[in-house]
Amino acid sequence: MATIPADGVRSTLAKKKGGFFRRPEDAPVDLREETLRLEAEGEWIVQRVAEPYVELPTKYGGKKKVPLEHTWHHKSCGQCGHIPGYSTSIFWLHRALELDYSDPKDQTSCTAWNYYASATSNAAAQAGVAMRNFAAAYESGYYPVIHCGTSFGHYKEVREEMVHHKELRDQVRAIMKRLGKPLVMPEEIVHYSEWVYAVRGLIAERRVYDVSNISVTVHPACHYYKLVDEDAIYDPEIYGGQRTAIVSGVAQALGAQVKDYSTWFDCCGFGFRHILVQRDFTRSFATLRKMEVMRDEANPDVTLTHDTGCVTTLDKSQFAAQGHDHKVSIPVMSEAQFAALAMGAHPYKVCQLHWHSTDYRPLLTKMGIDWEKAWAEFEEEIESLRRGEKEYLTWDDVDAAVPARSVALAKRGYTPSRFDGQS
Amino acid sequence: MAKYFDSSPSKIKYDDVPYEKKEELFQQVKSDIRFDDYLYGCYECGICVAACPSARFYDFSPRRIAQALAREDVELVFQQMNEDVWDCSQCFSCLRCPRGNNPGGLITIMREVSINNGLRTAKEALEGYSRIIYKIMSTGTQVSPDMLQPEAFPDWGPEVKQVSDNLDLWRRALPPETMHTTTTSWEVDEKTIVELYLIWSMTGVMDLIRNVDKNLHMILTDVMEERLEEAGYEAN
Repeated sequence: MATIPADGVRSTLAKKKGGFFRRPEDAPVDLREETLRLEAEGEWIVQRVAEPYVELPTKYGGKKKVPLEHTWHHKSCGQCGHIPGYSTSIFWLHRALELDYSDPKDQTSCTAWNYYASATSNAAAQAGVAMRNFAAAYESGYYPVIHCGTSFGHYKEVREEMVHHKELRDQVRAIMKRLGKPLVMPEEIVHYSEWVYAVRGLIAERRVYDVSNISVTVHPACHYYKLVDEDAIYDPEIYGGQRTAIVSGVAQALGAQVKDYSTWFDCCGFGFRHILVQRDFTRSFATLRKMEVMRDEANPDVTLTHDTGCVTTLDKSQFAAQGHDHKVSIPVMSEAQFAALAMGAHPYKVCQLHWHSTDYRPLLTKMGIDWEKAWAEFEEEIESLRRGEKEYLTWDDVDAAVPARSVALAKRGYTPSRFDGQS
Repeated sequence: MAKYFDSSPSKIKYDDVPYEKKEELFQQVKSDIRFDDYLYGCYECGICVAACPSARFYDFSPRRIAQALAREDVELVFQQMNEDVWDCSQCFSCLRCPRGNNPGGLITIMREVSINNGLRTAKEALEGYSRIIYKIMSTGTQVSPDMLQPEAFPDWGPEVKQVSDNLDLWRRALPPETMHTTTTSWEVDEKTIVELYLIWSMTGVMDLIRNVDKNLHMILTDVMEERLEEAGYEAN
């Protein structure tokens, strides 16, 4: 059931003087075209998005190719470090949908969290880090998909700078030469949430819990859609194309109730430097401008977002606020974790919710998930590790929970032009 | 040297410098390759301020940043490099600018110039941050699981202590094998770390670190030179 009034938005806008519809002719320079032009001029190699891919609509009416499998996963510092169920859920979704991926060790951080926090770097170093990672993906034969919203936004900035400044390209080319790597720019810079959006139909089809009674608020991540904005996914069917469709479209496909709130455009308060050394700002902003507004205007069961810093900030900030008599307690997680839960992923072995701060148990109960039983199962695994019966929890331990039903794309009649993520 | 004091107690005190130095700093900002892509003028509409999270909690305005740079107001730019730029959240909500300005990007450049020139206010803004810079530059990942210590994050709730107490077991209970680490976010292979060190070395980032924190520079240099030499490279 659609819970976002796209028709209402469209009809309201149509009545406005001049309308507010974006026109393709107003779009900025097409960086993908420029990237291909520079390849033709011998400046670099362009890694093409190979089939199978899905074409998704972008802000000014363009199309963006999002690869469905054979993807090289550019992991996120904060996700892997402090909210590991985020990354694990992304991988689990690939496994559950039987879509091939690579989890590489020859990947570094984009280093942009540090750059936006401390400025202890420069344009050439940042571009060097980005292009080293892109070269590593290219050499593996897999296509880069980026987990962190800040990495995604920053890499789009790097692409823009590399396209426009030959002196920067020359400097980075020299670095790559010393590393023994080719200078490679991907045809598209792809965020994992675009992949989740692309396969939302497959996810919804494999949902094992009814989430129609779950109300959701969505925090769109700033660095996803504000940095190099023309590259973000905007779907006319969601918010009338007036906001990015990412996350909302997934929650809607799952059948959850997506509720609106007035401060949706505000950032989370992460601040990059502030979250680490000036958290009074972060806590205050996250509580006063986001979580309390969501509570008062939408009273959601859960807040979904699609970036590292946003999950961290919105989740962790609520504890201290409670100490100051701000009675707010809304669980926060990524849409990947929510989708995995709805598909039957284990809340602790896969979604790793014990790393989160705000109480998520009422949400699980409302979804019909027996969290007490699940925690007992997880503790059993921990005891097994403690006793030395096994060294690690492995994919074999959690894949068994996935219903053994093939969703191979060929069997679904996939073609790039008509597969829209809905089965 | 004269000290400037703002009426707001939250403002950082900073040292005055001759006008020629301020002009030099401004020219460094202006000569950055990104400057012309980030500043086109200002309608003074205030949309950037309305969208700015820092403007709600600090005496801070992205509009004033864009205006000062557009007017080439060298004195005000110097003041902003000392007083304002570290308040920015770097969320880039200000990219809503109808003129196409990027005040957040301009601030990134101003911060970089502040660091490059070792301004005292930049060093003060980064106090307590050195271990993060060390982590990202030496390991290739920014935050590690073992940073989750209750004394460092008392405001994040009792779950932080649980994570800390069970860290090794809980990391081993992650299905992706790349994430069985406690000192880095994921496992980065040796060759990749060396390649990262070469990037820092070839782009002048180590010189930049020296300007802002000599001790950190010394420690990082030791770590990097040893591994670069083991891999058959010279640091420079």
